[in-house]
Amino acid sequence: MIRRTFPILGVLTAVLLSYGLYEALIGAPTEQSMGDVQRIFYYHAPSAWTAFLLFGINFVASVVYLIQRSIKADIIALVTAEVGVVFCTVVLVTGPIWARPVWGIWWTWDIRLTSTLVLWLIYVSYLILRRFSSSGQTPLMAAVIAIFGALDVPLVYFSIRFFRTQHPQPVIGGEGSIDPKMLQVALINWAGFLCFACLVCWSRYRLELLQREVEETEALEALLDSRKAQ
Amino acid sequence: MSAITNVARASLSKDLRLEWRSKDAINSMLFFALLVVVIFSFSFDPTAEESRRIAGGLVWVAFLFAAVVALNQTWARELRNQVLDAYRVSPAPANALFLAKAFGNFIFVIVLETFMTPLFIVFYNLRALGPAYQLLIVSALGTWALVVNGTFFAAMSLRTRSREIMLPLLLFPISIPALLATVEATTAILTGDFSAKFWIVLLAAYNVVFTTACLLLFDTVLNAE
Repeated sequence: MIRRTFPILGVLTAVLLSYGLYEALIGAPTEQSMGDVQRIFYYHAPSAWTAFLLFGINFVASVVYLIQRSIKADIIALVTAEVGVVFCTVVLVTGPIWARPVWGIWWTWDIRLTSTLVLWLIYVSYLILRRFSSSGQTPLMAAVIAIFGALDVPLVYFSIRFFRTQHPQPVIGGEGSIDPKMLQVALINWAGFLCFACLVCWSRYRLELLQREVEETEALEALLDSRKAQ
Repeated sequence: MSAITNVARASLSKDLRLEWRSKDAINSMLFFALLVVVIFSFSFDPTAEESRRIAGGLVWVAFLFAAVVALNQTWARELRNQVLDAYRVSPAPANALFLAKAFGNFIFVIVLETFMTPLFIVFYNLRALGPAYQLLIVSALGTWALVVNGTFFAAMSLRTRSREIMLPLLLFPISIPALLATVEATTAILTGDFSAKFWIVLLAAYNVVFTTACLLLFDTVLNAE
């Protein structure tokens, strides 16, 4: 079952991503005022949706880990955080590339930009914690940080919203209505990104599971060797 | 309930007595904050009008950095002679220990702020144009916001390698809304341009949310093995 689904998912991802690329560059209509720069939207927005979804899964998996202490939930939390940070980085890099020609500035402390950046910072610190903590307690510490991060997000959102209304900026990120074709292209790309995220998470999950098995076996062997030596 | 208050009081008075005799945390914090004030002061050299706008940020960045110095020392003392392990096997409630440590740090940072504020006023030529009494509320809430999570994360980073670096890496991202609220409220009061009410409410909400979270999860973190 797994052996067959994995390549199918891989082919599906490749098809969706190449079709999405074609549609984004050629198929979709050119935006009236922004021109071709707007096409980065087809990568920017779907990446953001994917990243937020992955962070959501990370939060749920962390809560499940705290309740059940299941290793699988911990590994899911780990891989979704890793892949989520990658997608979030794509969002934070493509955003300024678009903003510079359209808004005239690379960055502004707008509500969405700031919330995304803070989310990225929280999850990078999450990954650093996982790297630095001593192995036995890593899952627990990471789950606690994930919950603190999730509690933080609404507070960040409200604080920035008020911050902006206090200091109005010439930049307005209002969207207005969107051409149905444009939305369609964005959704195709999103489907491609989701399949790709699934694929990466899946292989990372299996790798991590094997890695832990190897570590366990090595620890067990070391224990048996020391017994024999005695 | 009385068990919590008794244990917390005993632990807090022990910490305060130790600090009173050694003055480790407070001295290093004070000198560190002094250095930050001096360095900021001559790198920016602002006029009175400018300094009113930027002082809120400078003051709190200095306090934040100095608070990390104290927070890092919070649990180190308990590691020697396995005090923390003894605490774990004792029937005393874990939250009592947490509250004692958090209140202890709160007192240290408040003392630091009391000493440093006059210096800031001298170096930056400050005078509040808004209601100055609100600064007391803001500093109490802002300090608690830093200290409650800081104490919690310091306990977590005990279990990591290079724990002194780990604490700010965990604390700063989570504290962004609290810092923003504190800085904005201070600026609002200093310049008198706008009301600080929203930021005070946000700080209070932040404190309620994270104090609850810390109390609910501290037991798990303390006994993690």
